[in-house]
Amino acid sequence: MSKAKETVSRTLIVALALCIVCSVVVSTAAVMLKPAQVNNQTLDIKSNILAAAGMLEANASADDIEAAFQRFDVRLLDLDSGEFVEPSAVGVEDPMKYDMYKAASDPEMSEKLASSEDPAGIKRRPNIAKIFTLSDGGQVTRVVLPIHGYGLWSTLYGFISIEGDANTIEGLGFYDHGETPGLGGEVDNPRWKNQWPGKKVYDDGSTEPQVRLVKGGVDPNDQNKEHKVDALSGATLTSRGVEQLVNYWMGEEGYGAFLQKLRKGEV
Amino acid sequence: MADASAKQVLFEPIFSNNPIALQILGICSALAVTTSMNVTIVMCLSVIAVTAFSNLAVSLVRTQIPNSIRIIVQMTIIASLVIVVDQVLKAYAYEISKQLSVFVGLIITNCIVMGRAEGFAMKNGPWLSFLDGIGNGLGYSVMLLFVAFFRELLGAGSLFGVALMPTVNAGGWYVPNGLLLLPPSAFFIIGLAIWGLRAWKPEQVEEPDYKMSRHTAKEAF
Repeated sequence: MSKAKETVSRTLIVALALCIVCSVVVSTAAVMLKPAQVNNQTLDIKSNILAAAGMLEANASADDIEAAFQRFDVRLLDLDSGEFVEPSAVGVEDPMKYDMYKAASDPEMSEKLASSEDPAGIKRRPNIAKIFTLSDGGQVTRVVLPIHGYGLWSTLYGFISIEGDANTIEGLGFYDHGETPGLGGEVDNPRWKNQWPGKKVYDDGSTEPQVRLVKGGVDPNDQNKEHKVDALSGATLTSRGVEQLVNYWMGEEGYGAFLQKLRKGEV
Repeated sequence: MADASAKQVLFEPIFSNNPIALQILGICSALAVTTSMNVTIVMCLSVIAVTAFSNLAVSLVRTQIPNSIRIIVQMTIIASLVIVVDQVLKAYAYEISKQLSVFVGLIITNCIVMGRAEGFAMKNGPWLSFLDGIGNGLGYSVMLLFVAFFRELLGAGSLFGVALMPTVNAGGWYVPNGLLLLPPSAFFIIGLAIWGLRAWKPEQVEEPDYKMSRHTAKEAF
């Protein structure tokens, strides 16, 4: 018996049979579980958007999240002009299906940033962003904007929620990053995130974002404290990354054009 | 090994022949996934499932596997199972699978799985091999949970995500030990655990590789 199974043809047959069986098992699992996985992913993104906007309740069920998210409009935004565009402009029907991070690697749909104009370390910026707006009687009262940029080890992906005055921050959160747990990873700490609501991005009449992360804590008597948040202790580079990416996306190169329109009430 | 009883096969690897403490296999993931109990438990269940079913599958086809490609055959079976586990986690335990990230995929490279497939399942029947897989998975789990217990308790002041010692960051009194959140701490805990285990079961202590011979020459002084 041991002789018979060592022939070349036998080896090939066993290898082939094994490959077929294993590929059937793997592909069945992948195909059958795909809908549940896609659901999970979109639900995860939605709950992150709600969390940034401070609208995520603790222990919210999937239905709660869906219901809360229904109130948002998903819009595609041309970053240079600050105008909304139709989903057909990026070749999708449902704006939710557009992936701005995928677009960022497509030369047709993004622009390359020289290192001098790339403080957030993102290398390419998509032309069109997917943003989420909340309206009340035709008036946009809240926008949730995706932001990303480089920290110490990794690119941080998150959302920032801005009030209808296009200046007051309502919340900020990162849903994907690889910073050191306990140090840079504290960007996930609710206590740290709680400092963001109420901070202002701009000085009055200015379009230059002023957000700063301050080492050693914000001095309560500081005149500019409305722009300042405590830096993360032990994570200078992550803090710097967060500061730069927030300012980048709030600035001219990011959502600046759109936010100016929003401030003038033109949205 | 051939006439080992089912009970022995199942329970021996937990303390007497622990894959991490005695066989020193699978250390890499023990460092990576032990920062919190929840994540660790899911990782343990995944590893138990993979070792058990890969042992079962390998044992079922062991008489058919040509010797020249046996490692590749085992690898393919293990890899397929790991992908299935990964997919299931993504579908039903999304939050935790996000935290485990690549480490589920890396079960493939966990020496325990391959080691048991080659060392046990190739020579024993399906039922015993299945039990051996579960037993080794459990041995791995006991060790990981032990490490995770200390790392989460002292590193984050909580267990299973429930804060037991409120940390300073959350307004409490406990200053968490940041070292315990970093991988090297798992080395220390595993080392201490191995020490403890070998003090309890001295037969696990290895013979020294090299022993200095006695000094016999008479020297003038």
